[in-house]
Amino acid sequence: MAEVHKAPQEYTIRIRRYDPESGNAAYWDEHTIELEPHRSVLEGILQARARFDGSIGIRCSCRAAICGSCGVRINGQPGLACHTHLEKALASSRDGVIEVEPMGNMPVLKDLIVDMDAVHWKKVQRVTPWLVNKEPIPEREYIVPAHNMVDVTQTMACIQCGACVSDCLSMEVDPLFIGPAALAKAYRFAGDPRDAEHYQRLKDLSEDPHGIYACTHCFKCIDACPKGVAPMSQIMRLRRMAGDDHGIVDRNNGHRHEIAFASLIRDNGLLWEAELLPRSYGGDSFFAKFTPAAGAEMVSSLPAITKALIRGKVTPMGALKPHKLAKKDIADVKSIYETVEGRDERNELNLYITGYDEDTPPAEGMPSAESGQPGIEPEESPSR
Amino acid sequence: MSMKVAYWPGCVSRGFTPELHGSMEKVAPLLDIELVPLDRACCSGAGVIAEHNQELADTLNARTFALAQQVEGAALMMNICSTCQGAHTECQERLDANAEYREHVNGTLAEQGLRYEKGLTNKNFLWVLVEELGLDELRSRVKRPLTDLKVGPFYGCYIVRPVDRLGIDNELPRDTYLGQVIEALGGTVIEYAGSHKCCGFPIITMHKEASLKQAGRHLGDAVDADADCLVTPCPLCHLNLDLQQPLAERVVGRDLQMPVLHLPQLVGLALGLEPKELGMQRHVVKPTSVIDWTTSVVASV
Repeated sequence: MAEVHKAPQEYTIRIRRYDPESGNAAYWDEHTIELEPHRSVLEGILQARARFDGSIGIRCSCRAAICGSCGVRINGQPGLACHTHLEKALASSRDGVIEVEPMGNMPVLKDLIVDMDAVHWKKVQRVTPWLVNKEPIPEREYIVPAHNMVDVTQTMACIQCGACVSDCLSMEVDPLFIGPAALAKAYRFAGDPRDAEHYQRLKDLSEDPHGIYACTHCFKCIDACPKGVAPMSQIMRLRRMAGDDHGIVDRNNGHRHEIAFASLIRDNGLLWEAELLPRSYGGDSFFAKFTPAAGAEMVSSLPAITKALIRGKVTPMGALKPHKLAKKDIADVKSIYETVEGRDERNELNLYITGYDEDTPPAEGMPSAESGQPGIEPEESPSR
Repeated sequence: MSMKVAYWPGCVSRGFTPELHGSMEKVAPLLDIELVPLDRACCSGAGVIAEHNQELADTLNARTFALAQQVEGAALMMNICSTCQGAHTECQERLDANAEYREHVNGTLAEQGLRYEKGLTNKNFLWVLVEELGLDELRSRVKRPLTDLKVGPFYGCYIVRPVDRLGIDNELPRDTYLGQVIEALGGTVIEYAGSHKCCGFPIITMHKEASLKQAGRHLGDAVDADADCLVTPCPLCHLNLDLQQPLAERVVGRDLQMPVLHLPQLVGLALGLEPKELGMQRHVVKPTSVIDWTTSVVASV
């Protein structure tokens, strides 16, 4: 497609400024720069720095979305400044001004520069981010069947920019949460057939109260990632590996919750909430509610339970009796469970790897099959 | 205009938040929406079954989609639960993306005489209001505008992220629809920090403190922004924001008393239904006791 040349135009950029050493509060600063619409927000900031104010702090290096240095929030959304066109940024602005802030969940060092060491890198170090060799180490290279490494390639696309960490909603309320970037890195090795410590890694991440089961499944990291790594999907892979492949029953109720949920749907077709709760704490059995863990949870939830009963929101009969499908439909659901769970291997379709059929009219922003391949045009890669 | 939809109420809307399904049934005729319930369909898995086994979730939901496609004369399938919407859309994306995989899943369904054909239109009630019915039409049906009622939107993650999967873009800014609907009903939209964040529900059994901190923080932000109530299209968000509000208050250490309405309840009020008909007395934080309806909702038109 021929490039249509567009003339330079003016863009106003509002930058969040802060210098902790000055003792002053953070403030907003506006500069109007002139560039072609396809140039990046980073180039805009650099022009403002060159023309108007040499003290603007931003970290950058490659300017080509590969070094991961220039993570910022643009109009409230995390991303790379070098990977966002001015035109696109203007379209998503609230008031015609492109707003650039430092990333969240990390302390600000100066202006748009955050302390990646204090949060992001510390968390990455937490997950043993290297391969622990299987013994004996072969004399030459390890030979690994290609299909065993396929899913891992998605996490290998990570450039450590911190965009997912910036907007992680679990980390916002629990700063100890290991977080999306580090957990994606953890899958990089837990999913690598050459690694010797899958079990230890998974056990560690399951039992940590701020580990894989502290992810609240909010999809923020999937939208944030400029490289299509989909950290949340990797966290779900870690959960499957931990609970289902390695049989790790964690103290955070993560695996019990998953199993109880799946078996209640198998048996009733519909969810029976009043039964799911005790089973998540006490195990997947009707008698779970009589276990100490479930009892303790019931007691701590009494204020909510009492209110719900008083208001008629939950009736005792409604709590004791499941709502379920008709017999024939439950049989259908069960037979699906039997077929799928009876397979030798779990089937997973990773659209990041397979892409989309060419005849599928892609939804806005969805790539064609070719661009779904790893390593191709990050902007065009599907995010899962 | 009358529209027939294959209607999936979900589980929680008939379990712990029965007022959601109840109010939808009351509101639908006032909007000329004919609901054909998919009473043979099963739970969407709420992301948990997909976490357990992706193919299992895809097959169970393909069954639901196939049942929806059998509903004669239905324009589309409609959800009233954000989480079902997100879980369905995720499975549908995989099924629609890959013909070989779709055939594989249909192979399992064949024993039941069912088959999913690519391209089902599956929309949440919120999207139906804006995209099918239209805001002008909705406005024209308002009997009791929500004048002076300050409403904070609370979307729930599954209906706003990931944006490309949910088809959110400049043409379909679905992440702004709640505000548009509140305005069309005559209410005032309150902007606050938590409107597009996570209610914390998915980790309530795994990391209760963080979960309640999320709920408590968003409710607190809404209180500080002077909202009278929140409205949500997600019953799971409703559980954490309303049912768990007494516990969230303890975790964040402040009084909240923020009523949370289901989307069909808010619509129903403006269409002239009474709070009681909409099951609003069933909420843990009673909207009826917090909102002064005599001044907040002015009867007119």
